[in-house]
Amino acid sequence: MQSIADIVLTSETRLTDVYRTQIGDYPKFFKMDLLCRVGFVASELLLQQEGVERFVPRDNRAVVLAGRSGCIHNDRAYEATIQPDNYFPSPSLFVYTLPNIVTGEIAIRNKYLGETMYYALQEEEQLLPLIEATLSDKISSVLGGWIEAIDDEHFIAKLHIWIR
Amino acid sequence: MILVGSHIITPLGDSVEANIARILAGDTPDEIVHKLPEAGDFANRCVRSITEALQKDAVPVNTTETVIIVSSTKGEDLDLITPAQRICEELENPNPPIVVSNACTSGVCAQIVANRLIESGQYKYAVVVGCDIVTEFIRSGFEALKALSDTVCCPFDAHRDGLNLGEAVATMVFAADEYLAFHPKQAYWHYEAGCMHNDANHLTGPSREGEGSFRCLCEVLEGVDAKDVTMIGLHGTGTVYNDEMESIALYRAGLSAVPANSLKGYFGHTLGAAGLLETILCLRALEERIILPTKGFTEQGTTYPVAVNAAHRHIEGNNDLHFIKLLSGFGGTNAAVRYKRICNP
Repeated sequence: MQSIADIVLTSETRLTDVYRTQIGDYPKFFKMDLLCRVGFVASELLLQQEGVERFVPRDNRAVVLAGRSGCIHNDRAYEATIQPDNYFPSPSLFVYTLPNIVTGEIAIRNKYLGETMYYALQEEEQLLPLIEATLSDKISSVLGGWIEAIDDEHFIAKLHIWIR
Repeated sequence: MILVGSHIITPLGDSVEANIARILAGDTPDEIVHKLPEAGDFANRCVRSITEALQKDAVPVNTTETVIIVSSTKGEDLDLITPAQRICEELENPNPPIVVSNACTSGVCAQIVANRLIESGQYKYAVVVGCDIVTEFIRSGFEALKALSDTVCCPFDAHRDGLNLGEAVATMVFAADEYLAFHPKQAYWHYEAGCMHNDANHLTGPSREGEGSFRCLCEVLEGVDAKDVTMIGLHGTGTVYNDEMESIALYRAGLSAVPANSLKGYFGHTLGAAGLLETILCLRALEERIILPTKGFTEQGTTYPVAVNAAHRHIEGNNDLHFIKLLSGFGGTNAAVRYKRICNP
């Protein structure tokens, strides 16, 4: 297995600035929760780096992300809408209370009809064997990596494009 | 890999056999939320189910050769890792747990991951456990999305109007094929194929063409004729859109006439447990050559027909048994697996 592109995005990055200056054509970005914004921006920069034609439907690329904390930032935001004394459950926040949503956002953006998967793992090193076992005759590359988004000051994405 | 053990805990009972007996007897209460009776935390419930599942077979759990895979959407108190670690600690399993959290497809995805880890030689055994707890967090969210029904859900029926939520714990224990050399079996289920495909369409609405489910069905059909598939365990949540989507995917894959079911009327949607619970029950019933019924179904309510039945059916003849399980979920995820019953002469 080898990596053909990689990127590290940390909380020093101003996500909205990067979106405006380097992406800019996907207003759905502003609806996303923090985990999805981090994953989306990192995947965009990674795919720009890969440099192959984009937005062509394909089913031989998997999106496999993992982290320790899932979508905890958005979970807390949704939780705040169901307090007994202030009960207005937000459907738009609830949608983002699943950690695999970020893999779906990347699939929708890029027309990826292949596998999408989220693992909750204690240690980053657990992920590589899982990605390696994902590659197959049918899955020729994996956009995958480690992603954590606790709050605006604490997030990281370390993504690669892996091939056999 | 092969299936060597399984166990379930549901509001209907604490064993696969007890659950099947109640379904076949028509002795299942009409519930809108299927809660497990006892208070018990996530890890305890899983440990209890895993311990039962391991009892009959010679699969060691306190070894590096066995990986524990937990399938859950929200874990306990929104924490996926800590309860999974507790499960490993209590079972004295030295490996770090793998938690699959892939929305409502988690239970099928976890089976696919188990197969990969065994086939790649990383582990000899995999213990896969699925569990979710119906908290106010989950209930309010589904309500806010207007996905819940006020009555017992009725999958694929003309009057379906939403899903019911439910709690269950379900465990499947797998071993590499080599296990048979030392523990010969007269008959067993062999995992044949599994895959996932995204709709690349919408986060909460299923694809209009059933694209991801269609692709999953086509891929797991490789190596077997559609007419030889004994039955398909569908997601069948009872929502208007999900069931319609599945009918389209089945039609496109040439599977409309294959006997199918949805078990959501008995258990509700058990989220991270669903793929395991429903696979286990369908496989066990198939061993008696029975296709479990679909509670709540009376009148076809999808554009394309789906071969579900309100009553259970007996499989005639003695053809090989091929079972497909299909699921779909938020984030556009779809997953399917196929099992074959191997009987030694």
